[in-house]
Amino acid sequence: MAPLKLYGMPLSPNVVRVATVLNEKGLDFEIIPVDLTTGAHKQPDFLALNPFGQIPALVDGDEVLYESRAINRYIATKYASSGAALLPATPSAKLEVWLEVESHHFYPNASPLVFQLVFRPLFGGAPDPVVVDKHAHELAKVLDVYEAHLAQNKYLAGDQFTLADANHASYLLYLTKTPKAGLVNDRPHVKAWWEDIAARPAFQKTAAALPLPPPPSA
Amino acid sequence: MSTNVARVLVCLEEVGAEYEVVNIDFQAKEHKSAEHLARNPFGQIPAFQDGDVVLFESRAISKYIIRKYKSAGEAADLLREGDLREAAMVDVWTEVEAHQYNPALSPVVYECLIYPAMRGVPTNQKVVDESLEKLRKVLDVYEARLSKHTYLAGDSVSFADLNHFPFTFYFMATPHASLFDSYPHVKAWWERLVARPSMKKLGATMAAAAAGIKQA
Repeated sequence: MAPLKLYGMPLSPNVVRVATVLNEKGLDFEIIPVDLTTGAHKQPDFLALNPFGQIPALVDGDEVLYESRAINRYIATKYASSGAALLPATPSAKLEVWLEVESHHFYPNASPLVFQLVFRPLFGGAPDPVVVDKHAHELAKVLDVYEAHLAQNKYLAGDQFTLADANHASYLLYLTKTPKAGLVNDRPHVKAWWEDIAARPAFQKTAAALPLPPPPSA
Repeated sequence: MSTNVARVLVCLEEVGAEYEVVNIDFQAKEHKSAEHLARNPFGQIPAFQDGDVVLFESRAISKYIIRKYKSAGEAADLLREGDLREAAMVDVWTEVEAHQYNPALSPVVYECLIYPAMRGVPTNQKVVDESLEKLRKVLDVYEARLSKHTYLAGDSVSFADLNHFPFTFYFMATPHASLFDSYPHVKAWWERLVARPSMKKLGATMAAAAAGIKQA
């Protein structure tokens, strides 16, 4: 079977969201670079894959998909019998709830935080403290809800690691490399949940593949 | 009426479920009460209860409803879960509504209708203009898509289309409704949607609620 093609920048957290699931499934894939700094995402050949001009896009044979969460659900469904089971055999309403919580509560705050604290410096800029403070404040309230939930549930949808947990991994990884890591690490159940995800062999493979620059020397 | 509550109501109407709406009194801060937080820990609406099942997040609630009533004729197909490719298309366009369409369109609704009516705050024209600019680009993509397919995920209506109803309905009550005239396939798609009995019924309720708020 030809490797799946994941289009995007290898460091982009939404690309890593998909790489996380591809690795959980043990699937062969290649990352085809789409360089945002040169505007490659707005060129016709990429727009043919994602007309909204955003990364990632996934090509699986004849199938072309975009929107990382839709891509992930497709992979988890099509390759259900491969690697880790990310979706239960019968649909779980609780899983759907926490997939939405990631999309509408966690991500809207984690994404700007990671952009300011990780990506602006990578491209030679400085974090905007107003944006950082606003989203750190909001994410703290969101993660308080996670803390209470994870005190009663090992994983977001219950006893098993699912797509809901996997969809958080890339932003958790980046967040815990920033000065705002305390948002995760100061909440014992959130921290334990993150450490469990980080210890998964498939996720270690995903994290190891990231072309992150070495941390600044102390 | 809350757009996210309407999102769920559309699905309930489409599947022909019996339901009751229980009002949550925001003025009295009922959404932050311990009783409501037990249903929705983020203190938002909607929340949903079906026997022992208690859910929040409107799209998750809607999927639960659609799957429960799967055998009810056309409703069976709203998620297309029997076909991998079609289900993927429903997911893609559901995500597009959430992450591309709504962020461009909803600020216009908030600035032109909701903030003036509910907070007495004047419209921020800069926000409106920036949003309309983004929305035009999004609608360019929708126009191309809907030139090839009758509905977003294919040739019959799906959950992806239904998700567009609440905010678009309110958008059509703003001074910028005529934007859709520049996108004939999008406009035709919208008109097909609002001709559906579920949306005619909900539209009437939403319009009445909006009129009630304006008078208050």
